[in-house]
Amino acid sequence: MSFLDLDEWLFDLAAKIELVYSPIMDIKVYPENVDVVLIEGAVANEDHLQLIHLIRKKTKVLVSFGDCAVTGNVTALRNFLGPAEHVLRRAYLEGADIQAQIPSMPGVVPALLDTVRPVHEIVPVEVFLPGCPPPADRIRALLEQVLAGEAPHLMGSQIKFG
Amino acid sequence: MAAKTLTIDGKMVGAHEDQTILEAARDAGIKIPTLCHLEGLSDLGACRLCLVEVKGSNRLQPACAIKVAEGMEVQTHSERLQKYRRMILELLFAERNHVCAVCVSNGHCELQNLAIELGMDHVRFDYRFSGFDVDITHNRYGLDHNRCILCTRCVRVCNEVEGAHTWDVAGRGADARVITDLKQPWGEADSCTACGKCVMACPTGALFYKGSTVAEMERDRTRLEFIVTAREKKQWIV
Ligand code: SF4
Ligand code: SF4
Ligand code: FES
Repeated sequence: MSFLDLDEWLFDLAAKIELVYSPIMDIKVYPENVDVVLIEGAVANEDHLQLIHLIRKKTKVLVSFGDCAVTGNVTALRNFLGPAEHVLRRAYLEGADIQAQIPSMPGVVPALLDTVRPVHEIVPVEVFLPGCPPPADRIRALLEQVLAGEAPHLMGSQIKFG
Repeated sequence: MAAKTLTIDGKMVGAHEDQTILEAARDAGIKIPTLCHLEGLSDLGACRLCLVEVKGSNRLQPACAIKVAEGMEVQTHSERLQKYRRMILELLFAERNHVCAVCVSNGHCELQNLAIELGMDHVRFDYRFSGFDVDITHNRYGLDHNRCILCTRCVRVCNEVEGAHTWDVAGRGADARVITDLKQPWGEADSCTACGKCVMACPTGALFYKGSTVAEMERDRTRLEFIVTAREKKQWIV
């Protein structure tokens, strides 16, 4: 949503890049030789884990995009409850009003990892963009540096958490 | 009252012999990052953010706790210091749970501001992710241990300014916690006068006014500063 706040600059951006993979695109497989990827969210389940390793292999520059990717943020609060089975029990059994049962659909619903981790604890990350969410001007500042072929470097209020 | 001459970051500075390096630097317009230091309270060198290099010594020295000396040569912003300061900050963030996005102090937090100032865009240490208690037994204030950095400002302000000594620190290392009275819930701590000075002094979102929501709480320290000025300078400036 914050990305959409880039408004008309999105047109300029679209002219300069080729978007090859995104959750809102009809593409199932992460392509080869990607220059830059913006990663939203922490690593929380088996699918995330597989995908992040794949992305690392096929991408030059990884950007941890937003507090969840950089710190785990609110999504990591469940780590206090203990391993995955405790989390599921708390949410679907103890917290349920009716029909308490833990959902299970092997192969369809990915299994939760025992702890939610920030991306850079799993694979090396080149650039960090904190913020919850990172405001549009910050995203633009970062992308402009990337497009100019510089190693991105944000300072001051551009790296505020929260 | 003898005067001392020293250099800080290459600048000649004059100071009273009983001043700390931090005070001398401040008077000379040189800003050294601090967290546990608060004007009017004793200094104990807990956070190590104010570490400086003093020529002739291999050890880094906490500027808030070391007195000036004649001919001293002090560096406050060398690359080595920046490296250590950032590391200290990262350790503070990794130790407890700073979820700025849902914190009462978001946007008005001394820890968060230092992270911005020192260019901390991520934490290189693995987060501990262990949950801490929240004490909301007091009828006006709350304590969230998840945000506490053990700076002991609350302990000192309560003891030295209010004279109640409700706060203390119990436990060691990662188990250390600030406590009220003999580790009773805050609401049952008889020595607490509910003056709120600890809440004013706290640098993070650990001590808060009940009813504050995310990013909403700003601390007003004017009452604290008034008492400290009155005491130290005998000036009653409202
Ligand atoms: S206390 Fe400060 S650093 Fe910690 S979560 Fe709150 S705003 Fe962030
Ligand atoms: S509660 Fe606040 S003032 Fe007290 S030690 Fe923790 S961070 Fe410091
Ligand atoms: S301000 Fe000097 S050690 Fe904390």
